[in-house]
Amino acid sequence: MSDQTYVTSDPRGSITQLATPSRLEYFFTAGTSLSKNLRGYQRGQFIGQRCPVCSKVYVPSRGSCPVDGVALTEEVELKNTGTVTTFCVVNVPFAGQSIKIPYIAGQILLDGANLSFMGLIQECELEEVRMGMRVEAVWVDKEDLVPSLASVKYFRPTGEPDAAYETYQEYL
Amino acid sequence: MSESPEIFTSPHVLEFPYSRSTGPVIGSFLTALRDGVLIGIKGTGGKVIFPPTEYDPDTAEETSGIVNVGPGAVVTSWGWVNQPLKQHPLQHPFAWALIQPDGADTAMLHVVDAGSESAMATGMRVTAIFRPADERIGAMADLIAFVPEEAK
Repeated sequence: MSDQTYVTSDPRGSITQLATPSRLEYFFTAGTSLSKNLRGYQRGQFIGQRCPVCSKVYVPSRGSCPVDGVALTEEVELKNTGTVTTFCVVNVPFAGQSIKIPYIAGQILLDGANLSFMGLIQECELEEVRMGMRVEAVWVDKEDLVPSLASVKYFRPTGEPDAAYETYQEYL
Repeated sequence: MSESPEIFTSPHVLEFPYSRSTGPVIGSFLTALRDGVLIGIKGTGGKVIFPPTEYDPDTAEETSGIVNVGPGAVVTSWGWVNQPLKQHPLQHPFAWALIQPDGADTAMLHVVDAGSESAMATGMRVTAIFRPADERIGAMADLIAFVPEEAK
């Protein structure tokens, strides 16, 4: 029988757990294209960029087309409306959660865009949300606009008929 | 978020609140630190391994037998830090050193608070300085540093 244990008289007993937090502090530089997109949020606009080769519109844009490998120069303002391509009802609490559960995280494909991004869907019963549902952005009050997606409070149903599957099947 | 004429830059922090189970031997080492005591463990042939491990790293045999070591110790190797970083244990110049406590056959990396680089030497005698008992929690930082023996 091996003896590997140190015996303490401390009433707190032996240490069995060790907190080992890992922390990384860094600066994120958005670059010119993403900075334009972020500035758009400050004005209450979705700003994307169009590829000169394939004509796809990326929002947010990283400044180049991943398919054609060319720089994007044409700026595009997108509409406030879009389609839910897919979604998830979040029921699981986790550290740092800022939204009350349950809530819906949806992938939103803005009209005229060729890239979807994640958005909160509200003003909608959980069981009503569906693929193809038409939604519109609800922005924060003008004085609260900031250069980040936090300017979009959430997306809500427009009540229009659902988008046809063919219109978003490539964006799932 | 700071605003430049063209490009946004923003400070980000990524943090994971990990905790891990220590196992019996590292747990013992940390418990002893909370008591203000340094311990090693006997490996193959009675060699005293410090800090203690569950297995002898040379033979892979299970270790057995806790041994008190230190608080006096010898510096076996060191490097001087002129400009400490924010996350370093001391905010004034210090040495990272391999420190072999009396009674141990291996050394551990820790801090020597010697005041100046000229006070450092391989083979110098040092001794452990712990936090006050009511501030110790069973973590490596319970052991503040080693200081030159004559300075204590």
